Amino acid sequence: MLSRLITAVFITACTILAAGCNKHDAPAANLPTQASQPETLTIRIGHAAPLTGPQAHLGKDNENAIRLAIDELNNEKISIAGKTAHFELLSEDDMADPRTATQVAQKLVDAGISGMIGHLNSGTSIPASKIYHDASLVEISPSATAVAYTAQGFPGAFRVMANDSQQGKQLAHYAVQTLGFNKLAIIDDRTAYGQGLADVFEKTALELGATIVKREFTTDKSSDFNAILTSVKGSDAQILFYGGMDAQGAPMVKQMRALGITIPFIGGDGVYTAEFLKLAGADAEGVIGSLPGIPLASMKGGPEFKQRFEAKYGVIQLYAPYVYDAMRMMAKAMQQANSIDPAQYRPVLAAMEYPGLTSTIRFDSKGDLVNSPVSLYKVHNGAWEFLQTAGGQ
Amino acid sequence: MDTLAQQLANGIILGSVYALIALGYTMVYGILGLINFAHGEVTMMGAMIAIAVLNALLASTLALPPFACLGIALIISIPACMLLGMSIERIAYRPLRNAPRLAPLITAIGVSIVLQNVAMMIWGRGYQRFPDLLPNQPFTFLHASLTPTKVAIVLVSTVVLTCLWLLINRTRLGRAMRATAQDGQVAQLMGVNINRVIAATFAIGSGLGSLAGFMVAANYGQADPYMGFMLGLKAFSAAVLGGIGNLPGAVIGGLLLGIIESLGAGYLGNLTGGVLGSNYQDIFAFLVLVAVLVFKPSGLLGKNTIERA
Repeated sequence: MLSRLITAVFITACTILAAGCNKHDAPAANLPTQASQPETLTIRIGHAAPLTGPQAHLGKDNENAIRLAIDELNNEKISIAGKTAHFELLSEDDMADPRTATQVAQKLVDAGISGMIGHLNSGTSIPASKIYHDASLVEISPSATAVAYTAQGFPGAFRVMANDSQQGKQLAHYAVQTLGFNKLAIIDDRTAYGQGLADVFEKTALELGATIVKREFTTDKSSDFNAILTSVKGSDAQILFYGGMDAQGAPMVKQMRALGITIPFIGGDGVYTAEFLKLAGADAEGVIGSLPGIPLASMKGGPEFKQRFEAKYGVIQLYAPYVYDAMRMMAKAMQQANSIDPAQYRPVLAAMEYPGLTSTIRFDSKGDLVNSPVSLYKVHNGAWEFLQTAGGQ
Repeated sequence: MDTLAQQLANGIILGSVYALIALGYTMVYGILGLINFAHGEVTMMGAMIAIAVLNALLASTLALPPFACLGIALIISIPACMLLGMSIERIAYRPLRNAPRLAPLITAIGVSIVLQNVAMMIWGRGYQRFPDLLPNQPFTFLHASLTPTKVAIVLVSTVVLTCLWLLINRTRLGRAMRATAQDGQVAQLMGVNINRVIAATFAIGSGLGSLAGFMVAANYGQADPYMGFMLGLKAFSAAVLGGIGNLPGAVIGGLLLGIIESLGAGYLGNLTGGVLGSNYQDIFAFLVLVAVLVFKPSGLLGKNTIERA
């Protein structure tokens, strides 16, 4: 209750402050500056991610990456519609909360943004995308992976990361073909993310000729998995796939080992976290996880990006290269279309082939990546170690 | 056979934790006729305090042996929770003792929200890891795979339950508690200081809850500020199943609920031909609860008492 009250007061305060700032900025944005010879065109770019709460480190990372991209773009003084482009960042905190996400989305739309980079989570991107769609805006999410995000039929919704269906496929290929297991057990947490990932994993595994000997379910709030793990133990499964997050995955691995189940444990990006390593401790050893994309070190221009980024903002957390690509690509589309009107640059963006850091980005008709590699990692000596990149070109 | 044995073992381990927490509900109900909905949060606080103490000890330069660390954690967390339980009673329930029954129920819910938020403020919203101090090597006993931690949970629960039984039936305090449960006013006239008895009841119940929280955290390897809610709900159901206000009933209800839940989760998918998956394990447990209450409204061991006017 108390925390809600504080949050409410805080949001009100922020809104008042932001409203004040807008009033201040608005005339300046519209007035052409006298000094520079070609007129300046101010382009407002929206960004939203959780900047407070448990995912604040990831959100701040995204914000820093877009700031880096915008600083570079402003220095390059690219010209759009005969004017020098000046990008202006409007960054909002969506607290990883779907309801807050729709509020900040409306706020950004009202502030007159020309393009949107975000949100970070699937749960926030999906409800917010409706608002951007109604405002006929273009939105590129750097990290929302739920299939549903681009399946709504919104022409302006894009993402620069492989979705869960592409990820589930690669995980199944690895389990069945690379590791050679054909009797699989699957557990998922019945959330949009977990169930979606597990369903794709199951479908692909069946296509590859494997059999699902056990399919069990839990919830994203459970902590006791002994009963379902015991029925997995009673089957002759050779590997266990879990579709869900680290908070359940970690105790699940621990309980598995305590029940004397020694088969490997494989999961998606929900378990590929530092938190998983912390919670599972020694039992994390040998666990396989995945993350869409390729490791930073093997990205074209990745090491240089890392250098530039870290000189300014410190260590890269997770999604920074994707945010950077999304922003640079949007600017490129505006430049090619010679317009900052979403109706003008959206078709250019949709048809573009952009050589980014993370990959050569090209969108399919839904706004998903055409070329979308997925990388697999394995816990070795208490740290995630790169295994291989699959899919993509 | 192996699977059945393992599921029964899982159920007994889960059930003995439920039983310990259920006692906290049932003791308070027996004496005050009040459902202490903050009890689940006391359990959570027990787990969180124990983890904080363990982390502090491990980070210090003392280099104590693991069992000494666990002992110190319990010696700090149990009294802390006893104190917490007594404070809750003093602040949230005693001023409302003669108020309508709904009022203390509301303050109970209020206290549980406050405790959850306090825990989030102190330890953050994330999960806390229970350090790997206990040996976790599985061994096989009667077709079931067990770990020393799991065996310890059942043993400690049994010992504590026996001690509580002796306390209630063989000591002066126990007699005072039974007298207060029968009729508080008459007990007061006979010279029983019922405020002290009630405070002691809360202290004992919270101590048991704290111990249960510690065991849950040790068994699952983690604790979080939300864990008390579901644990409390399950334990409350166990207390109702066994007959609320009845101590052996809470133990039997806890064990029964644990076993039903394990078997339900293990066999529900097979029994219903995949229509209901194992994620419906809670529904199975609560269906049994409803069935018992329909045919025996006072619970398995509860006496059919007429509501006090």
